[in-house]
Formats: sequence, C-alpha cells, structure tokens
Amino acid sequence: MQLIPCPWCGPREEAEFHYGGQAHVAYPEDPSALTDEEWARYVFFRENPSGPFAERWSHNAGCRRWFNAVRDTRTHDLLAVYRVGEPMPEVTA
Amino acid sequence: MNLRTPTGGAVDRNTVLHFTFNGTEYTGHPGDTLASALLAHGVHEIGSSVKLGRPRGIVAAGSEDPTSLVQVEAPFSEPMLLATTVELYDGLVARGLAGQGRLSAEPDPARYDAKHEHCDVLVVGAGPAGLVAALTAARAGARVVLVDEQNQAGGALLGVDEYLDDRPSAEWVADVVAELRSTPGVLVLERTTAFGMYQDGFVLALQKRTDHLGFAAPASAARQRVWRIRTRQTVLATGAHERPVVFADNDRPGIMLASSARTFLHRYGVLPGSRAVVFTTNDSAYCAAIDLAESGVDVALVVDARPEAPARLATECAARGIEVRAGQVVTGTDGPGRITAAHVGDERIACDALLVSGGWNPVVSLFSQARGKLRYDAELGAFVPGEELSSVRVAGSATGELDLTACARQGRDAGAGAARAAGFTAGGQVPLPASDSRCTARSGLVLWRVPGSDDTSFVDLQRDSTVADVLRATGAGLRSLEHIKRYTTIGTAHDQGKTSGMIAAGIVAEALGVELAEQRPTTFRPPYTSVSFAALAGRDRGELHDPVRVTSIHPWHVEHGALFEDVGQWKRPWYYPRPGEDLHTAVLRECKATREGVGMMDGSTLGKIDVQGRDAGAFLDMLYTNMMSTLKVGRIRYGVMCGVDGMVIDDGTVIRVGEQRYLVTTTTGNAAKVLDWMEEWLQTEWPHLDVHCTSVTEHWATIPLVGPRSRDVLAAVAPDLDVSNEAFEFMTWRDTEVAGVPARVCRISFSGELAYEINVTAWHGITVWEALMAAGERYGITPYGTETMHVLRAEKGYPIIGQETDATVTPQDLGMSWAVSKKKRDFIGKRSFARAENNRTDRKQLVGLLPADPSVLLPEGSQIVETDRLPEPPVRMLGHVTSSYPSAALGRTFALALVRSGHERIGETLYVPVDDSLVPVTVTESVLYDKEGARRDG
Ligand SMILES: [Zn+2]
Repeated sequence: MQLIPCPWCGPREEAEFHYGGQAHVAYPEDPSALTDEEWARYVFFRENPSGPFAERWSHNAGCRRWFNAVRDTRTHDLLAVYRVGEPMPEVTA
Repeated sequence: MNLRTPTGGAVDRNTVLHFTFNGTEYTGHPGDTLASALLAHGVHEIGSSVKLGRPRGIVAAGSEDPTSLVQVEAPFSEPMLLATTVELYDGLVARGLAGQGRLSAEPDPARYDAKHEHCDVLVVGAGPAGLVAALTAARAGARVVLVDEQNQAGGALLGVDEYLDDRPSAEWVADVVAELRSTPGVLVLERTTAFGMYQDGFVLALQKRTDHLGFAAPASAARQRVWRIRTRQTVLATGAHERPVVFADNDRPGIMLASSARTFLHRYGVLPGSRAVVFTTNDSAYCAAIDLAESGVDVALVVDARPEAPARLATECAARGIEVRAGQVVTGTDGPGRITAAHVGDERIACDALLVSGGWNPVVSLFSQARGKLRYDAELGAFVPGEELSSVRVAGSATGELDLTACARQGRDAGAGAARAAGFTAGGQVPLPASDSRCTARSGLVLWRVPGSDDTSFVDLQRDSTVADVLRATGAGLRSLEHIKRYTTIGTAHDQGKTSGMIAAGIVAEALGVELAEQRPTTFRPPYTSVSFAALAGRDRGELHDPVRVTSIHPWHVEHGALFEDVGQWKRPWYYPRPGEDLHTAVLRECKATREGVGMMDGSTLGKIDVQGRDAGAFLDMLYTNMMSTLKVGRIRYGVMCGVDGMVIDDGTVIRVGEQRYLVTTTTGNAAKVLDWMEEWLQTEWPHLDVHCTSVTEHWATIPLVGPRSRDVLAAVAPDLDVSNEAFEFMTWRDTEVAGVPARVCRISFSGELAYEINVTAWHGITVWEALMAAGERYGITPYGTETMHVLRAEKGYPIIGQETDATVTPQDLGMSWAVSKKKRDFIGKRSFARAENNRTDRKQLVGLLPADPSVLLPEGSQIVETDRLPEPPVRMLGHVTSSYPSAALGRTFALALVRSGHERIGETLYVPVDDSLVPVTVTESVLYDKEGARRDG
C-alpha cells in the first residue's frame, strides 16, 4: 500500500485518502455566461495524461483536509504535494 | 517398507505420531512433514493429475513442490495444502487431491488476525545470506525483522550435512539466531512467508502460528496472522529453487529433485527409495548421489548431460561404486505408476527413484513485485535481479550466486547497506562462515528438455501442460510468454510455476529461435504462496466485517420483536410483526394505524449536519436548489441538492437554528457523502467563506410522531408547548421539554399526515420513546419501521433519493420545479438545467402507476413498454418501476415509476412485463393520497 504524504499530517497509508480528480479546475465565475459547450467542458471533461498529473486528494480518514498532488500516472509515484491555493510546483518525472 | 534412516535428521524418533493418509494409518515423528512421513513408509504417490488422471508424487521438499496437493480432513477440513509444507501432528487425517480441493461446508472455528509492524530493515529468508544480513543490520542498531517460511532458520543449510567453521552448520545457525533474538528491537518470525511486496516498503507476510499443533492448537490463539510490515529497507535473501529437466514420462512418482532428496535425507532422515538414478546438468546433484550412497541407497548411475563429468566428483563417486556416464541423458521412464526404470541410451536402468537437477532458479518473485527489472543469466539459465533498487537489496542465491561464503558476503554487504541507508552505521563486521561444501551448481549446462514424446513430456505437472502444449502455442503464433502462459496455463497453479516457469520460457525461446535475453519474463504477482481468504479476512468476519451502527433506541426495537433492515451500516427497524404476521400484513396494519390514529418510528439515523458561520446562509444557497438564506429563525425548509450536472444527489430539511446557524438533515445513507460534499466545496472552491460543518447525526435521537392523534400524544408529554395549529405551524420548530427532557420539536411530515419530529439528545432517546408509547397507548400508538415509512411517503409521491433516483434524475424530472429557485443568481447545478439535454420533453419523469387489476403488485425494477403485445426486439423501454406497494389507504396496489415523457402521459395506459404477461397500468400523478394536502394540519 502506497504512502501518501499529506501536507498536514505527513505520510499516511493510501486507504486513508479519497481521490478527487484533476486539480485546478475552478468553478466558473459566472456559469450563466458560458455557452453549453464551455459549461460541458467544465462538468464532463478532464485531462488523462500519461505522466505527471496534478490531482486533488482528500485525507478523508485523517485530518479531512483537501490538498493537491502531482502524481506520475505511469508509476503512481507522488512527485509533489501542496496545499489548496498554492501553485503547482515544478516536478521532474 | 521402512525408508527411515537409523539416525540423523531433525526428527524426534523417540516420539511416535499417528496419522491417516488416503484411509491408511501411518506413523511419523515430530519434525516430519506429511511428505517426509509418507516417504519414510515408501509412499511416493500422493494424488492424481487434474486433467489426465496420471499419478502424482512428491517432486520437491518445500513450498515449490508442484504436485503433492492434499486435503487435510482433520482437525479441520482445508483444501489445497502441500504435503511438503504440512507439519506432521498426531491425529492428522489427509487425502491426496486430483488437482482440486473442496472447501469445508462447516464454518472455520479458528481465529485469524493481523498485526502491523514497522522496522528499519526487513530481511526475507533466514538462510546463510539472510542470517548474516539480519545480524549485520542488527549490530548496526537497526530495528530488524527477519521472516522465514520454514519452522526453523537455516534455509538451504537445513537440507545438507555440511560444516561451517568446522562445526555442524546448525550450530552456526543457532548462534546467529540466538544473538538476533537477544538483540532489542529485532523480531525473528518463523513459519512466516513474505507473500507480497508493495510500494513504499510495504510487505505482507503470513505467519502460520498454530497449524503445526493440529488438535493441540489452543482455541484462544490466532491460527494464522497476516503481518503488515512497513519497512525502510528490505534485504531479499529468498534463495533459489532447483529446477528439473523435462523428458518423456517425467511425471511419475519417484521422480524428485536431487536437492530435495538430499533434504529429505538430512533434515528428516528419510530415503527417497532403495535404488536411485541421478540425472544432472551440474555439480550439485553429485552431493545427493554421494550422500544417499553413504546412507545405504543403491545409486545405480549418475547421468551427467555435460560432455565431461567433473573429475573430482567422478572420482568420489567411483570410490563409492557409483557409475557416472557423461554426455548422456534420461530419455524416458517406465512404471505402472511409480518409476521402475529410467531410459538411458538403449538401456533401461531399474530404479525406484530418479533424482533430477537441471540447475537453479533464483527466487525473484518479491524483487519483481517491487518493480525490480530482471535480467537473463545465460550461464545459470535463469532470470536474476537486473538492477539495484534504492530500498531493496538482494543477497545470496536469489542473485544467482551459489557459493555459500559468497552468499554470506552478499548478505553482509546488503545488511550493512540497508542499515546505512536507514541511518545506522554502528557495529563491527560479522565474520563470514567458511564452508566445506564439495558441490556448487555453477559450470552447469542449460538444458530445458530432452527430445522425446512431447505429449508425455510435462512442463507443468500440476496443470498437465506438456511440451506439446507449448509447441501448440508457439505454432499458433503466440510469442509473448504472458500469452503462452495463458494459452497453456503453465505457471497458473498453486505453485505459480516455481519449477516450471523458467523451463517453459526456455522451450518457447528454443521453439521461436530467439534469445531468452530478449524475452520478457512473466509478471510475478502476489501471493508468493497460497494464502487463505480466512487469513486475509482476519478478524473482519461476521459481525466485525463492517461496523454496525445502532440508535440509542435500538434495545427497545429488539425487545419488541422488530425485524431489521441494513441501511448503510445502520440497523433500522424494518417492521414490527405481531404473532402470525408477515411483512405484508404487518405493514398494512402499521400504515392503517398511522393514517387513522398515531404511529411513530425511530428516525435517529437521519443524517444531521450542523452548519455554522457568518456565511452559512450564502453557502447553503449555493448548495441547495432553493433559497436558504431567507429562511427565518424558527422555520424549516425542504431542500434538494444537485451535482454540477444538475442531477439530484440528496434531499432533506434545513432548520434555521440561529442567525448564523443551520441544522440540515440528509438521507440516512448519504450523511457522510453530503458532509464530504460540503467540505469539498468549502475547502477547494470557497475557502474564504466563514462556514464550519459538523456531523451531529449521533448526538440526536429523532422520533417522528405521525398521524391525526399525534397532536394529542405530544400535548400529553409536552405540557409547556402550545401544540395548536395556529401557535405551532407546519414547517416551524420549537424548543421545549418532552417527557421532562429538553427537546426540539419540528413540524414536518414525510407521510402527509399531521406529524411532529421530536429531537432529544441521544442519551434520553429511549426515555422519550417510552414516554410517547405510554402517552399514546389510549390512541393505539403503533411503532412502525422503514417499510411502512416507505409506503406512506410513496402514497404521497415523495421520492427516496437512491430509490426513485439514480445519477440521471433532475428535480424537474421528480416534479419538484417548485423547489428550484428562480431568484438565485447561481447554485450548484443551475447552469446544467439550461442544457438542451435537460430540457428534452422525453426525459424520464416520476409518475404513479395503478395496475388495472388492483391486486397485482408490480415487481420493483420492472420495465415499462407502450404496447399490449411485445414487438420484435429491440423493444422500446419507456422506463422502470422504482417503488411498488400494496396500500391500506388506497385499498389497492400502486407504484412509482420513471417514465419517458411521464408528465405528459398521465391518463395513458402502459404495460409492464411481469413473468410471461403484460400487465396494463394507468399512468397517474405521483401523488396518490390526499392530493389536496388536507391531512397535514390534522
Ligand atoms: Zn492529513
């Protein structure tokens, strides 16, 4: 079982965490101003890269905080974790 | 036949154990395995093969054995164990299997558990390399865990009678183990197999704690334990398995790996037969020939496939009268079952044991699981670890090194390296033991098979897969070992191809004319050896499988004969049958009593979330489709929650407790999900909002008091409360005392009847429940369960989230446009309501269905079609029945359904296929009872 370094608690077992999909997909400022297609992109479309991917995770069975992580989808290695609101750090896969 | 040597081996000849195999009684000794005890009586044949029914014997002495599958019948029936790893105990009853066992019909009475362990250095394998590695790391000050699958440390040393530093190797082993055991922070686990290696130093190991005690196993002790080890550094000293050579009729009982025969001799004092032939491609089998000859076995011949026999070993053989023939091979065998002769050249050499060595395969399973890359070693004819990993080191014969002192040196280097990497540098060097071994396995010849009858040349003896099967696979165009493994099933049995996988790869490479170095070995997956589901489940069985949640009033329900329904982890009263009642009659009675008099239920499981903060109102406005910030303190509003896609995810009531405080309720099964949903938005999108959410589900006992007489009952127990309709309006709440206990009473209804929801702290739940029962007695107060609740709400067309809805239903589909605010600029899901898809007129919408025959109950989940006769498929489905009940109030059956364009179809006749007939139904509005809402105020 993988260890995930919660930015608040330190390394904990992955079973304590909940996956939250792609990070940095902000809720649109004014949804009513969006076209159907723009709105559908927000609701339904996410990236699916092979390599580093910025994701949201929640330490559900721990501190219950959401945070962001960059995970290499090829290896599951977590290349970086950072708190909500912080910019995505530079990573080398 | 007695094949037990007069002396030698680690068995206690002074104690006799009795056991039964295939219906015959035998004896053995402590220290025996089932296999060694049978061999001592000359019993080689264990079972038969899975497809062909050919006799199967004992090929190896340990967990790599492909054939000796048995079912232990007593003390407890357990299938698919290896005779070579079942330690003998008094009273053991077992029988051989034909490749498949049978699960016991009885529940397993044994206890299984799991334990977490953290260490700096984990050493897997307690052979010479592992022991030196563990000792080196321990002396450096690291916390060390040493696991080994055998019942004692020693590894390969257990199967030889060699000396280390001029004394029996067992003494050296005992000294190392004694020092390890006396070192603080070091844990040595025998009978413990590391079976899985995962990311970040996570290793699972299975410890067999009391299996070997048989009937004497204490019931209080866990039989097996799964160790969940988290380690900084790992040393894999997992050893090597001898592999056979494939030839025609190589599957007869009596044909055994040479080193295993040596192990049976030295560890158990058992001979493999009385007349043996040895067939080898390397030096190591000479030691078996010599040792067995010295123990009284007539070793007829050593057949060495190499052009020349090693001079020194050949001389030693000659001195013992053993003939050696170099440049020859065994081409076949005779025998009715067990071998009676080996074919060598044109000769048939009579024998009752044929001992084979085709070289050694390093055990690289865990290394490969740790994502280590493997490399083909052409001299060894095997895959070996091909790279260094930052936290996993390999030492000993697992690397392909077969010289004992060199293995020990690797162990020392690995132990020191692992300790250093974990931050420990203390301690002096552990001296390396010097061996007197005459035989090593290097300078061997790589020989996968002897050409012959492909149909009887077995590669995987357990799967009955032959050379012919491999050639059929390559002939069919398969090239990858993974594909060939699946096509032939080689390596998929209990042993996972420990002795067959490498040979299969070699034969494939030969057949395809490619280099093995270019072949990718098949993936090694956990578990390394079989692990029972009982061990994996551990304590998480039966009642402990999942936490059970009960309300504070639960004991009363039990006492009053309620039957329970599982809702998530909650036990909820389902209905309260009286003598002679079934579900149907009990629910009709509960419904009637509630609609005509008064009923009550335990609603404590309802999810409750306390939402506080300056921005609580604004936050709830975004979360719910309707407006919550305008709710006045003291009032209650029903709310619907949607996802960003506009689909309903939950519903419930919102109570405004104070200017900056709300209490929201959720459906029982969604409480945790809704709290997570709130936290997600607060933390990731709107961290600037001053809002705090707290689950208070279990703080409150909640009792809906329902029916026309509910006001009378409440008045009797809440003297301070003006219960009149004018003073206590629908959708308002009051704080008061009920039965002398502080209570919050809400006027809400999930049944359409006059109703009150009484909330008290959970501590007082049962007191208040009993007070209400007593006060309501004169009105025939009736406790009811979830089934009656479902009927009452369905009669009113109230949907249950998750029953009427899946992830494709909007509030509009449910006929709840009234709960969707038109005033709010935005809320979650709002934008999706304007999507074209959401505005199609043929969306599935919630309606009622009345079967033409009022006694016909439509099965929930039934499909709905348009015609009274089924057309040719594909039949157009209009929707499905979501809820269906008999109704006391309606005097008939009814159903709720999601139907395409349902709101436009009211009055239409549609059809529901039930069994072989089509049941005509009339589409109605979803509200079927008291459409005017006249009963709400009593
Ligand atoms: Zn945390």
